[in-house]
Amino acid sequence: MSELRVPEPPRRHLLAIGDLERVDVERILETARALAASLDREVKKLPTLRGRTVVHLFYESSTRTLASFELAAKRLSADTMSLRSSGSSVDKGESLKDTALTLAAYDPDVIVVRHPSIGAPQLVARVTGAHVVNAGDGKHQHPTQALLDLYAMQEALGRLEGVHVAVVGDVLHSRVARSLVEALRLVGAHATLVGPPTLLPRGIETLGCEVSTDIAAIAHADVVYALRMQAERMAPGEAFVPSLREYTALYGITPERVRPGQVVMHPGPMNRGVEIDPRVADSDVALVTDQVRAGLVVRMAVLYDLLVAQPTIRDAVPAPNEPMEVA
Amino acid sequence: MLVSRNGRADSLSLEGRVVAPAQGIDEALRITVTDGVISAIEPGAAAGLVVSPAFVDPHVHLRTPGREDEETLRSGTEAAAAGGYCTILAMPNTDPVVDSASVLGALVERAREEAAIPTGFMAAISKGQRGEELTEMVELAGAGAAAFTDDGKPVVSAGLMRRALQYGTLARLPLALHCEEPSLSRGGHAHEGAVSAELGLGPYPSAAESVMVERDCALAELERRPIHLMHLSARESVEALERAREAGVPVTAEVTPHHLVLTDEAVRSLDPNVKMNPPLRSEEDRSALLDALRRGAITCIATDHAPHARHEKDVPFEDAPFGVTGLETAFSALYTRLVLPGELPLETLLERMSSGPARAFGLDEPRVEVGARANLVVLDLDAEWEVTESGFRSLSANSWLLGETLRSRVVRTVADGRVVFQA
Repeated sequence: MSELRVPEPPRRHLLAIGDLERVDVERILETARALAASLDREVKKLPTLRGRTVVHLFYESSTRTLASFELAAKRLSADTMSLRSSGSSVDKGESLKDTALTLAAYDPDVIVVRHPSIGAPQLVARVTGAHVVNAGDGKHQHPTQALLDLYAMQEALGRLEGVHVAVVGDVLHSRVARSLVEALRLVGAHATLVGPPTLLPRGIETLGCEVSTDIAAIAHADVVYALRMQAERMAPGEAFVPSLREYTALYGITPERVRPGQVVMHPGPMNRGVEIDPRVADSDVALVTDQVRAGLVVRMAVLYDLLVAQPTIRDAVPAPNEPMEVA
Repeated sequence: MLVSRNGRADSLSLEGRVVAPAQGIDEALRITVTDGVISAIEPGAAAGLVVSPAFVDPHVHLRTPGREDEETLRSGTEAAAAGGYCTILAMPNTDPVVDSASVLGALVERAREEAAIPTGFMAAISKGQRGEELTEMVELAGAGAAAFTDDGKPVVSAGLMRRALQYGTLARLPLALHCEEPSLSRGGHAHEGAVSAELGLGPYPSAAESVMVERDCALAELERRPIHLMHLSARESVEALERAREAGVPVTAEVTPHHLVLTDEAVRSLDPNVKMNPPLRSEEDRSALLDALRRGAITCIATDHAPHARHEKDVPFEDAPFGVTGLETAFSALYTRLVLPGELPLETLLERMSSGPARAFGLDEPRVEVGARANLVVLDLDAEWEVTESGFRSLSANSWLLGETLRSRVVRTVADGRVVFQA
């Protein structure tokens, strides 16, 4: 009995939106929609990843992202394990590399990493054999957030092509903004970044977006995407704006600034009364809970895509009329 | 003062295409060295080799005292010898800082045992490099300091910088300056531009360097004292340097191989081995530096060889320390990436790695001349080699060239009349 020799497919990771092409994004969103249908059933668990192991390695506090990833893995019947930096050997000064190597010894299929430093998921991908998913590295990337945002936008607007998104606030420190701008461009949508000059990184327009310091620029957008204004950016000596009060006056998303027909998004957690007016946050135009729901199915789809879809294997199987290499 | 371990001068003869730009020589010759001194220069065969005055590196971190796990005087100077260097100058940002005659004296003593090639030790401008009080410059000069610098840190206070220029006249030694305005570079991990914006890395703008270059040139002009600007990285700094030189200010400058070859595009890899201070900048900056080097506005190539322990670089990019090694790859990297593609003439490269830095620091220029001490390097321009971690003599391997194949190789180095490296 001869065996078909399929070359080992390259390990694929999701470290940054830049790792993806348009077809990848579309495939993941399509998978997510199929999975969403399954969630309407009484028994919500699918057997797809039975016997697979997904490790969550979180070096930053996180509620929604960790919960969403854990639930996504469990709904697909994977075994999961979560390691947080506090209360683990990380507290004892263990390096990221050693922690990653320790976890890798259990042969996990996927390691989901969140870390405050840019380049951490790349390091984990370099030293382990697992598929690595970046759940946020410093100010760099948060690719699953961008994918879930695309999903929620498509659900709300019925399309992505040509959609115009105004991203408002602290772009400088935002991995959400960076990932989203790139993801929008991939699917034929586009972004305008709006914020005070001190919070708009010099050179960001090379990502293929518009940049404005005037809140009036949001009027032309289909989606107004408010970014979290982090209080630590206001530390004395490090203040990027003179006061939150002035920031809110200039850039807060108020009912008066939202045009009829627009929808409003926010990655959470929200600072009500700072970057977003509570009247907007609680209104029908706000997609915040839709985003959370989208997070679950999109993360399920990402795990499915890494572990099951494996298009590289299909591509490697020779067509029937071609000679097969046999072992 | 330059120090090296004791040894006997060698007698030998070297044959090849002799390229000594400062002496106007470029022909096939045979150089005879007798007891460490060039005794005869006669017509010879090219033999596929280039013989040139050996290199001088004015900017090396030997990590001793304090971090002998990263580099020692022995390993660092042997690495330099393998890179074709006959003289290096070591930075004082060690632990403890070289800011007193006792620390300097201990280093000099150790170098007499360990240094494979003549080595000079720079002393700090300010005590502990804290930028608050001047070191005892006259005593340090007497104890053998080669120059003064607070490298690794800028002299933040303009007032203290002025004092250093004034008081430094008593010590009669060069001042080498690391130009960085910390309130502009704080939190910076990459050049401010498209790459840092896209990756989210803290921006380190060109102005953080150039405003300090402007300030220091203005103070040098005020005090009519020479200064040397270290590891320039930005076009704006080059422009400030040229304005000062045109105004007659005695200012020299150096550039590193990595700033001449790489741009911030390399940072997209998030490889900690392309993280250094100052950071890699744009193509516009790189070409301004290269142009200044060609025209002689910048007269020195310096490696800023900065060894780091493997575990310190094996971390996320943002957490990694600044610095890359360079002693063993400088010539080959620049020959491969700049000379072969026609961006830099070989003669200019050889001159900027040898006479240029020697002149800037008042050191004897390595020369091809009967009666001169033999300081020569033999290069095989056709050799090919791969840069690997195991190939380094340096104790550290944080090179931006790991895995690269380079053309040309140092095959022999003669420093102060002694063969210090033989491939």
